[in-house]
Amino acid sequence: MYTNEMMESIRKVEAARAKNLELEPRRMTAEEKDTLLKTYHPDYKEGEFAVLQVGPNRGEKVPTELAALLQANSRIAPAQVDLEHPAYDVDVLIIGGGGAGTSAAIEADKAGAKVMIVTKLRMGDANTMMAEGGIQAADKPNDSPAIHYLDAFGGGHFAAKPELLYKLVTEAPEAIAWLNDLGVEFDKEPDGTMITTHGGGTSRKRMHAAKDYSGAEIMRTLRDEVLNRQIPVVDFTAAIELVLDENGRAAGAVLMNMETQELMVARAKTVVIATGGAGRLHYQGFPTSNHYGATADGLVLAYRAGAKLLYPDTLQYHPTGAAFPEQIFGALVTEKVRSLGAKLINVDGEAFMHPLETRDVSAASIIRECTTRGKGVRTSQGLGVWLDTPMIERKGGEGTIERRIPAMLRMFGKYDIDIRKQPILVYPTLHYQNGGIDISKDCQSGVENLFVAGEAVGGIHGRNRLMGNSLLDIIVFGRTAGKSAAAKAQAVQEGQLTLSHVDAFARQLEQAGIHSDLVSPKLLPDYRRVK
Amino acid sequence: METMVHVFLMGKQYEVPASLTIMGAFEYAGYQLVRGCGCRNGFCGACATVYRVKGDSELHACLACQTQVVDNMYIAMLPFFPVVKQVYDIEKVTPSQMIMMQLYPEIYACIGCNACTKSCTQDLNVMQYIAYAQRGEFEKCAEESFDCVMCGVCSSRCPAGISHPQVAMLARRLNGKYLAPKSAHLEKRVQEIQAGDFEGMMEELMQKPLAELQELYNHREIEQ
Repeated sequence: MYTNEMMESIRKVEAARAKNLELEPRRMTAEEKDTLLKTYHPDYKEGEFAVLQVGPNRGEKVPTELAALLQANSRIAPAQVDLEHPAYDVDVLIIGGGGAGTSAAIEADKAGAKVMIVTKLRMGDANTMMAEGGIQAADKPNDSPAIHYLDAFGGGHFAAKPELLYKLVTEAPEAIAWLNDLGVEFDKEPDGTMITTHGGGTSRKRMHAAKDYSGAEIMRTLRDEVLNRQIPVVDFTAAIELVLDENGRAAGAVLMNMETQELMVARAKTVVIATGGAGRLHYQGFPTSNHYGATADGLVLAYRAGAKLLYPDTLQYHPTGAAFPEQIFGALVTEKVRSLGAKLINVDGEAFMHPLETRDVSAASIIRECTTRGKGVRTSQGLGVWLDTPMIERKGGEGTIERRIPAMLRMFGKYDIDIRKQPILVYPTLHYQNGGIDISKDCQSGVENLFVAGEAVGGIHGRNRLMGNSLLDIIVFGRTAGKSAAAKAQAVQEGQLTLSHVDAFARQLEQAGIHSDLVSPKLLPDYRRVK
Repeated sequence: METMVHVFLMGKQYEVPASLTIMGAFEYAGYQLVRGCGCRNGFCGACATVYRVKGDSELHACLACQTQVVDNMYIAMLPFFPVVKQVYDIEKVTPSQMIMMQLYPEIYACIGCNACTKSCTQDLNVMQYIAYAQRGEFEKCAEESFDCVMCGVCSSRCPAGISHPQVAMLARRLNGKYLAPKSAHLEKRVQEIQAGDFEGMMEELMQKPLAELQELYNHREIEQ
């Protein structure tokens, strides 16, 4: 499968394997990391960001592609939407059917609210399903929520909102217990002790996993629970605008059937945005590990309704996206591969960095290796470095790969690469939206009765997220959003529905001299061949 | 010049680059997929597809995002197949053979044809995990079925009308909740947090000035 040139490099990797296996590469100092990030991380690349001219974050920079969508036209003409006859009338409307949305739905249902989920694809078509490596929680005797806090706060460059991070780490063990109690399987020792590993930037082994299907195992269980509770799920239906009441509080959404384009209105006492991330916007031309619907829709809806964003200029490029073969270009190679002992190796067989630096540092380091240092391996799509997977079997014994990372074995096996015997090529891939909608610790956004959970939130992780803290945040904040939205719904006096904010935003664009030919939210990427 | 192949997408002929996956071929041909496309990475089961290659009588099943096209491939996407999902209360069920008899009695009508296993897009031994489910061996059923992406192709091929992915889902939840060993350290930590044991420690940490937090972070001890 590998080209002759790649095979030549592989021989160097093999020759140095025993030595590299022994080596414990030095971790970088704070200053080294700082310089590396500023020089090589895509977040620092000038010319790739635009300053917003309208809305709550006016004057702040966001990726060019996001700016275009935040300042694009609505998909609807408000006057043509019939707000008088809503097709649905519920207490809590949840937009998005991933891990955060389903967690919110289960808790809101438990609290007695009338709940409905709308999702533009199917329930479970979400980044949660694709999370491979695991979920963090400080539940071992040598660990504590305070150590977890310090790891995440430092890893996120001390920018996380303290009250959100406090909630994340102190509610983590309970989140694991909640999942386990729903029937989610975790890798355990025969005595029940959770098998935990390191992730990049963790100082304790607190990564819980279900092989390398951790997110899939969580997602399919949450989906099953939503179905058991018979919570209505309206699938293949996108929310394309929020509806407010006359006092500017969230009161529902305009929905669009993805197949027939029919418009409908859902009236609700409270709304939860759980629409996930933005990988499919392909910032700076990067490939992505994200699912098909990751197009930042929730950010667009909320922004137009007046909610402020926090850190929308920080993205996570996962250091190890597949760089070869081209059929899986950009697909996620879980960090767990490095947790289990595989090191990053350059074209000459040198282990050029500690394999468990934080993701932003690792990504920047790989980019440096492939650019100025000229130590990358050439592929049809660009460049990559080796991730020396056979080290895992040397370190953990034969069978470790099949037992702990079967999805990776399968993914490369389909292209005749046996990762137990040959290393794989990786390069950073757009993975996670660190920023998002600003929320309080009860998950409410700047718009009253509008709650947010999951990847659409900004501020939980600061400016970089550690592995295993997003599966954790969708559970912790998803559940909180569901409880908060259900509680708040009880006190809501229903008002008059309006889309006047959509008209007002259009006027602001007009006044700023912005004439876009785009409509947003984007809903789906378009990969049709340009002829 | 890249190598091209002829494929038949939903019966219509197109010429597409040989390097593409089936999903890529649909997009190359001009489809903007709404159904039949999810994670694009082999985890979600949205893109179940059946195909036959000209001259070969066997009908194959695969995930469109994980399978490369070959010349003369006749492709039909199967993004939805109606399976039976029984509703139950996970708190009230017990992990015994009885529960399968109640919820999914059709598994006992399995005729052993193995069409499910042959069609599995993940190469799982589907008939074997159904056999474990029949016998109430949920731990084995959970392990054997673990990599299932619930695409539903197996059910589409089953003459006994079994909804295999849902049977396995039930088995995994029963195993995860009731049969797998409990984690004492987890339960203890949840209790400690609820009792407020870590509040002092958290408060002390969070009120430290930034410079001190940076110092602590940069010199923290890392477990080997």
